[in-house]
Amino acid sequence: MPRLSYRKALNRALADELARDEEVFLLGEDIRVAASNVTAGLLKRFGPERVRDTPLSEQAFTSFATGAALAGARPVVEFQIPSLLFLVFEQIVNHAHKFPLMTGGQCAVPVTYLVPGSGSRTGWAGQHSDHPYSLFAHVGVTTVVPATPADAYGLLVSAIRCDDPVVVFAPAGAMEVRSDVDVASLRPVPLGRGRVHRRGDDVTVVAVGHLVHDALAVADDLADQVSVEVFDPRTLYPFDWDGLLTSVSRTGRLVVVDDSNRSCGIGAEVIASVVERVRLHAPPRRVTRPDGAVLPFAPALDRAVQPGREQLRSAIQHLMKDG
Amino acid sequence: MTEADPVRLYRTVRLIRRFEERAIDLVRSGHVVGGIHPYLGQEGVAAGVCAALRPGDVVAGTHRGHGHVLAKGADPARTMAELCGRVTGLNRGRGGSMHAADFAVGVLGANAIVGAGGAIVTGAVWARRRRGEDLVGVSFLGDGAVNEGMLLEAFNLAALWRVPVLFVCENNGYATTMPVAGAVAGSITGRAEAFGIPASVVDGQDPEAVRAATAAAVGRMRAGGGPEFIEARTYRFDAHHTFEHAVRLDYRPPEEVARGRSRDPVEIAGSRLAPDRRAEVDASVEAELDAVVAFALAGPEPDPAGALEHLYASGLTARAGGG
Repeated sequence: MPRLSYRKALNRALADELARDEEVFLLGEDIRVAASNVTAGLLKRFGPERVRDTPLSEQAFTSFATGAALAGARPVVEFQIPSLLFLVFEQIVNHAHKFPLMTGGQCAVPVTYLVPGSGSRTGWAGQHSDHPYSLFAHVGVTTVVPATPADAYGLLVSAIRCDDPVVVFAPAGAMEVRSDVDVASLRPVPLGRGRVHRRGDDVTVVAVGHLVHDALAVADDLADQVSVEVFDPRTLYPFDWDGLLTSVSRTGRLVVVDDSNRSCGIGAEVIASVVERVRLHAPPRRVTRPDGAVLPFAPALDRAVQPGREQLRSAIQHLMKDG
Repeated sequence: MTEADPVRLYRTVRLIRRFEERAIDLVRSGHVVGGIHPYLGQEGVAAGVCAALRPGDVVAGTHRGHGHVLAKGADPARTMAELCGRVTGLNRGRGGSMHAADFAVGVLGANAIVGAGGAIVTGAVWARRRRGEDLVGVSFLGDGAVNEGMLLEAFNLAALWRVPVLFVCENNGYATTMPVAGAVAGSITGRAEAFGIPASVVDGQDPEAVRAATAAAVGRMRAGGGPEFIEARTYRFDAHHTFEHAVRLDYRPPEEVARGRSRDPVEIAGSRLAPDRRAEVDASVEAELDAVVAFALAGPEPDPAGALEHLYASGLTARAGGG
């Protein structure tokens, strides 16, 4: 079976949607030469009208995409670095997201915002290493964080076909993942539906994005001590609460591993939403970036503020002792 | 309208004038909550610009937006109902004064964020022209907007990609209370010229002068030209916002206000009609506005159970907020 890389899966999703729907077009910086390697080959195949390289004008081209979407197009806007989302938060939240309600349902804004390489890339320091998916979940913009190549393909396709704005975070920590995938079997993955990667009986670990792979590794390491279920929400907003509650109702224990800053991160929402509905055997735990984290440059410091396997292992072990 | 039509122009400025005065009455009576940004004094700009457009052209307005909405052809009754927050309003009571929109007549919405409309209308025009539609767009903006980076980025995109958008700066002398002299280094038209956008200055108090300047600019755009820029020199007769009726702010000398009000677009346009013809138009406008207000006040208020209807075009529903 062929090995499909996460990056190639994103590229294939873009190509398939550009080929399927004339209204899809790409917008972003350096996409004609595929600086992020996600748009490789697309300029040649689809031309400069549909693979539209932009000047460094993130705010204008983000709202340009909103306008195009109001006119019936389906733009995909690539941001090379996650921190640019702070720059265009206003354009996404205040305009793209609010237009349908504010106009009383007169319009739809089907724009996809794609961030290939979100979170730490190691050594890119304070202004290139953020992972602001929780912000978008908070404001109610559909937010997806695929962990695997097949999900990267399927969720990006669904994002482009969705009639609402969708932010697709492709974590740098997952971009190099390759897996055995029958390319012919690639399908859209529905938004808002999680996935159990590993069945377990004792504790549910909710892992976001690239941390799914860390959670699976820790679960394997601990297999002789505790039976860990790994739940990948895939979409953070809307969240698959039914899927998660099914899992936690069975295991009775919950740990979240989330690359957000701790305060108001999605991990907090997951725990709050579960404990509102389920009586757990032990207090839930979360492994996150620290409050207010800014990633420092030096590699050891960068790693020190990201959630890691050791912290997750420790959290699971402590939780099992708690009850 | 590429030819002068004094009766039609007069009717539009008179309609906007009396609409705004009736709206202020409804603010005072408590039927319009949140207040409005009155367009009084600036009617000649919206009326003149929109007189030179076709039904299929699109406009993006500002927070002082009723004039743009009415001049482009939205139903005054549904516009007033929107101000009153009724389900019979343009936006089903979801937008109000600052977001009134009517996509059916090419009004992409008043927009409460200064400078935001430029990139949106540029994207909308670009997307529809890519589909082979023949249209131009207008972005109305105030003198305050010319200091917003997002708008300057939009000038660059529109010029670079030769998107036929007419940027109409309504220079009424003040951004809220900040005079142009205290806010604008260089000149307003100089900003457009820096991007290679042809720019001109027109007397915004004379609707026919505005119409003629717009017709010339739009004619060049329809013939294949890129964006154009018009600075319409105008004067705001009333408050920045109706809250000023209760809280007098001292920023405009009374002599200046008197001088500004002495050049009234309603009088300038009205003087071009025979007195009895003008009286007929006035009577017809009054009769229409009586019906407009009656329609607005008769409309049902929205059901609170549907407060988040239209939040998502995809059909997604948000979780409720209660315990």
